[in-house]
Amino acid sequence: MIIEVKRLHFSYGHRPVLEDITLEVEKGEVVTLVGPNGSGKTTLLKCLNKILKPKKGTVLLMGKDVSKMNLKELARLSGYVPQNGVRTFPSTVFDIVLLGRRPYIDWRVSSRDKEIVAGLLRLMGLEEMALRDFNELSGGEKQKVLIARAFAQEPEILLLDEPTSNLDLKHQLEVMNLVSSTAKEKGVAAIISMHDLNLASRFSDKMVFLRERRIYAIGSPEEVLTPDNVRAVYGVEAVVNKDSGRPYIIPLEPLQASKAAAATKTA
Amino acid sequence: MATEAREIEFAEIKELYTRFTARKVVFILGSLGALVALSLYATTLGSARLGIGEVSSAVFARIFPFAGIETTSFADVVVWHLRLPRIAMGIVAGAGLAVSGAAMQGIMRNPLVSPFTIGVSSGAALGASLAIVLGFSLVGAEKAVVVTNAFLCALLTAFLVYGLARMRGVTGESLILAGIAVMYFASAATSLLQYLATEEELQAVVFWLFGSLTGATWENVLVVTVILFFCLPFLMRYSWDLNVMASGGDEVATSLGVNAARVRIITLIVATFITAGIICFTGIIGFVCLVAPHITRLLIGADHRFLFPCSCILGAILLVGADTVGRTVFSPVVIPVGIVLSFIGVPFFVFLLMTRRKEYF
Ligand SMILES: Nc1ncnc2c1ncn2[C@@H]1O[C@H](COP(=O)(O)OP(=O)(O)OP(=O)(O)O)[C@@H](O)[C@H]1O
Ligand SMILES: [Mg+2]
Repeated sequence: MIIEVKRLHFSYGHRPVLEDITLEVEKGEVVTLVGPNGSGKTTLLKCLNKILKPKKGTVLLMGKDVSKMNLKELARLSGYVPQNGVRTFPSTVFDIVLLGRRPYIDWRVSSRDKEIVAGLLRLMGLEEMALRDFNELSGGEKQKVLIARAFAQEPEILLLDEPTSNLDLKHQLEVMNLVSSTAKEKGVAAIISMHDLNLASRFSDKMVFLRERRIYAIGSPEEVLTPDNVRAVYGVEAVVNKDSGRPYIIPLEPLQASKAAAATKTA
Repeated sequence: MATEAREIEFAEIKELYTRFTARKVVFILGSLGALVALSLYATTLGSARLGIGEVSSAVFARIFPFAGIETTSFADVVVWHLRLPRIAMGIVAGAGLAVSGAAMQGIMRNPLVSPFTIGVSSGAALGASLAIVLGFSLVGAEKAVVVTNAFLCALLTAFLVYGLARMRGVTGESLILAGIAVMYFASAATSLLQYLATEEELQAVVFWLFGSLTGATWENVLVVTVILFFCLPFLMRYSWDLNVMASGGDEVATSLGVNAARVRIITLIVATFITAGIICFTGIIGFVCLVAPHITRLLIGADHRFLFPCSCILGAILLVGADTVGRTVFSPVVIPVGIVLSFIGVPFFVFLLMTRRKEYF
């Protein structure tokens, strides 16, 4: 078990955001976190790499308690892509990706560090913009740069917060293919939050539905991507189609507020 | 075929970056050369006429005593006792101010922050005025009182501002706001002191506030050099951490293994210490710590491994250059370097901002 989250509780000040989260992820598994806005996906990811400190419960990575790991050790173990990038001082794309090597670099940038970065830029199709200013890139290009930075950490665990939200159709598939092939070939575990249920269904071994601070459903896409779950979690009527292998959903109507409440009760 | 083309490109990216880095090193070495040349040239200027040859041999005769370089005792006295202390002070002060500005901007991810933002200058001004106006009759060694008072008040004010900002979370905005509040208070107190001061004291206060290298001595230079000697390695050591923090904020820094809170507080203390240690001798020389890092970023980028040394050199060039202009253009009247800096520095800075299209914020 590479990631074990046990009975985790988290609150911002006095407002509880996550309650009683228990989750296990194996080597090579791709797990997606789905759920409505504000359901705690970002918060959960941040609890896994010490950006936020849980109020209760433990997070074990490779059997080690995260709260006892030092940051550098942790940074070699887990790569992170934030949901929103921030503006920076002018900095080249190459330099930004190179920061992913920070957990390994003392002072000098080795030839291997440069090769890793160059390789990732090529893999992501960013070679043309290696020396361009990061701030001048489009939203999707920036997202790819930040994903490359997380890969540059050579992590055992990838924590990706809506990594595909700004990507076009082709790049969504490319990035997710890259993540899932890295998972399968190198045994890296990935936890990915996303809003696109069909993309999630297609690429994940396990889906986690978050609703109102708790895990509402967890399991393989076939098990959990059902009209009932979608109705209960999102308040949306949908049909789920299974004719092409993985289930995919077609959303129909948002429920009326009263009906949504009723659906919640019966669920 | 296609893969072959890509292989070449792969090696190319790496090569491109290596060259990109090498260019920065070359630029830094070049500007170091320019600083040496400027300093030597500045040493030739003054009321006693000395050529560049005489100056160089006087300078190097002492630096390399066993090389057997011939020099006259007149040149030796003029160069080493009259001119070099001032120029050396310009170099160390310019370097120190610039590097502390660069560090502050990096940790706050904000190009408007400098040690002056957090009240170092207003504190030092208040401290100096207190010493000049109220402490005047108390102690005989007036100079030392002004310096120590300015230094201590600068540190106290900075920590007050930091403490205030901390209550709302230390961000560029909270620091700037707390700094402004404290600055108004300190300025009011300074103005009150000026109002109460005698003619003579008032002149001393005003002169101090301009900021100038007049009165620089080797002892002062030594003190500042020692401060830099201990503080610069600290900042350099944090280059990578500052790169991480400047590029993505605290959360990303954490995920890349950097303890942002700790790096921030240590850097803040070091930068404050350097700045206070300089302006307690020179008075308020402001512009350098804001602008030298900007100019450097425009020229070679924001990588702190190169930004720090290069800011130092450009800050020194800026300060020595401005002081040289100030003491020669209207000779024998010497214009305080703080004023000259604003006159030549601001248009140059605006020019760079207009012609370089890299945006900041
Ligand atoms: N820094 C913060 N301080 C206080 N409350 C916060 C903070 N960040 C998030 N929250 C709250 O915590 C809850 C969960 O937020 P979180 O960002 O984890 O949601 P999310 O599932 O990632 O949402 P989205 O899909 O919009 O990204 C929300 O109610 C949000 O308002
Ligand atoms: Mg989120």
